[in-house]
Amino acid sequence: MSESRKLTRRQVLQGTAAAGALGMLGNVEWIGQAWGASDKVKMGFIFVGPRDDYGYNQAHFEGKAAVAKLDWVKAFDEEKVPETIEVQKTMESMVKLDGAQVLFPTSFGYFDPHIIKVAPLFPNIQFLHCGGLYQEGKHPKNVGSYFGFIDESQYIAGIVAGGMSKSGKLGFVAAKPIPQVLRNINNYTLGARSIRPNCTTNVIFTGDWSLPVREAEATNSLVDQGIDVITCHVDSPKVVITTAEKRGIYCTGYHCNQSKLAPKGYLTGAEWNWAKVYMDYADMIRKGQTVPHLVRGGLKEGIVKVSDYNQVVTDAVRKQADAAKDKFMGGGMVVYKGPIKDNAGRVVIAAGKEHVQTDIWLESMDWLVEGVIGSTKS
Amino acid sequence: MEVGWWGVLIAVLGGAIRIGTPFLFVSLGECLTEKSGRINLGLEGTLVMGAMTGYAVSLHSGSPWLGVLCAGLAGMVLGALHSWICSFQRVNDIAVGIAMMLFGTGLAFFLGKPYIQPSAPRLPSIDLGAWSDIPQLQAALQINALFLVGIVVAVVLGWMLKNTAWGLKVRVVGESADAARALGLPVDRIRILSTAQGGFLAGIGGSYLSLYYPFNWSEGLSSGQGLMAVALVIFARWQPIGCLWVSLLWGGAAALGPSLQSVGVTGGYYIFNAIPYIMTLAMMIITCSPKRTLVGVPRELTVTR
Repeated sequence: MSESRKLTRRQVLQGTAAAGALGMLGNVEWIGQAWGASDKVKMGFIFVGPRDDYGYNQAHFEGKAAVAKLDWVKAFDEEKVPETIEVQKTMESMVKLDGAQVLFPTSFGYFDPHIIKVAPLFPNIQFLHCGGLYQEGKHPKNVGSYFGFIDESQYIAGIVAGGMSKSGKLGFVAAKPIPQVLRNINNYTLGARSIRPNCTTNVIFTGDWSLPVREAEATNSLVDQGIDVITCHVDSPKVVITTAEKRGIYCTGYHCNQSKLAPKGYLTGAEWNWAKVYMDYADMIRKGQTVPHLVRGGLKEGIVKVSDYNQVVTDAVRKQADAAKDKFMGGGMVVYKGPIKDNAGRVVIAAGKEHVQTDIWLESMDWLVEGVIGSTKS
Repeated sequence: MEVGWWGVLIAVLGGAIRIGTPFLFVSLGECLTEKSGRINLGLEGTLVMGAMTGYAVSLHSGSPWLGVLCAGLAGMVLGALHSWICSFQRVNDIAVGIAMMLFGTGLAFFLGKPYIQPSAPRLPSIDLGAWSDIPQLQAALQINALFLVGIVVAVVLGWMLKNTAWGLKVRVVGESADAARALGLPVDRIRILSTAQGGFLAGIGGSYLSLYYPFNWSEGLSSGQGLMAVALVIFARWQPIGCLWVSLLWGGAAALGPSLQSVGVTGGYYIFNAIPYIMTLAMMIITCSPKRTLVGVPRELTVTR
């Protein structure tokens, strides 16, 4: 009995070693195949949440789906990958097994330390991260970043909201007071106040990216306070939009188009247009061009867009919103032009001073503009 | 109409009912299970599974009420599984409960993938606020029939535990399994039935989340209602009618954070949002004592297996 057990164990060990060696060979072959056999551009996408959440991840997935339609592109994705060592494994297997030439890990938290750690292992593969964390010289050469100024779309949505509101009170359900979120709140408010100077935006911070019950409560509380247009910055706007529709108020969307969820009240929305970004990247790689380290843009560059207006939006409001949109498209729009006060009465941008969209100063925003009811302090 | 600070009161009232209803069902389920002498920590998984099942069935059949029923049945299966495993010798119900919690949520996430995006038919609401001419109050008193069902279940369950032969059997099994066996009662069978019924209620609690409020199926839907139910039952002293009051209290507390921000109390929202959890913690500390056991605790719960 003991004899046979020994034998078995040895056999198992031998077997494992052989399998390991074969596996390694297999990997080498796979990479060879990936480079040689097919001339398709192979793109891998990694999402932190589900593909169809009516939110951030769906916006990226729609971009992937658009690029996957091209017959010279092979695109694959993996959803619900946590921002842990898991994403490193996913990146490695996408390169080794699927032969990805370029990876798009789309979540903010994938960058440090995960992309930074994996990228140097595969110097021929491009790692393009969605978010503003890449720094020239500090990070590996085959890493880059792309991001869009969605606050430009929020400015337009703010104009529509301000124009359509009866009470002049807007609502904003936000997750956390980080610069990106504050920029959206401020742009929304500045947009509304550009056509209706006494408009206010009431903000509720829920404290995290996905808290459906609290998002619904926040929406109800805001409606009770007389708010009649609401928007949000959370992972999935589904709950806020459906609750607003049930309470019979207007809403504007975020991340992607939610008009199906609220056919009556969905006025417009701030949407990503990742399809454009991914198409451009695919094209560059196909032509063998060097991929730029930083890709940024707003309405003009087509990286963000505005949902089609609901039929209830009046012509006068459409005209005002479109005028601002044209100004953005022409590149002549500066939202942060002094004098601008914060909601505590402090002058944050002096008269005559302006901060253009790409100004790094805006990326450290920690204040709320005059007209916002809310506080960045937790 | 301007309601100002009254808005907080209205939100707490509305929230007590809206947020409290799933707490009510899960804690009633846990109450019944614990009365029979077992703790089912798996109710969190049951709740999530119920939410997914309810949403999926409502979407496919077009009937949200059929969804509620199927959510209950799914919960019943999970409850029966828990108590069947626990009926073997030297199996610890807490450990099995944790396993069932992970199993239930994992299974729900796995099967629920196709249901994140579609919109299922919603459960209808009943207007109890038609007498008032304040729209905010009308909205707060727009309730779902499940809340009324929950009240009836709480009352009936309390009465049955106290006054019927069935209730007596459940209590005997919960007080002393040995005494129950001496009386010739089928201890395991009674526990399996109680836990399965408890699972049924928890499953319905889950379907309320996905089919009425906040009305959505997503993986972040539950914020630990199933786990907190265990604490609520302790606070309710294992009385079903107590579960009703405690659930309302917890629901109202959860509504406080957002509503304070809406009236302009903008600081400290992390603290306000944490009130239900702080209350749970405080209650556990107050009710814990090495010197005495709690009033109303089924003795079998204190037996280490």
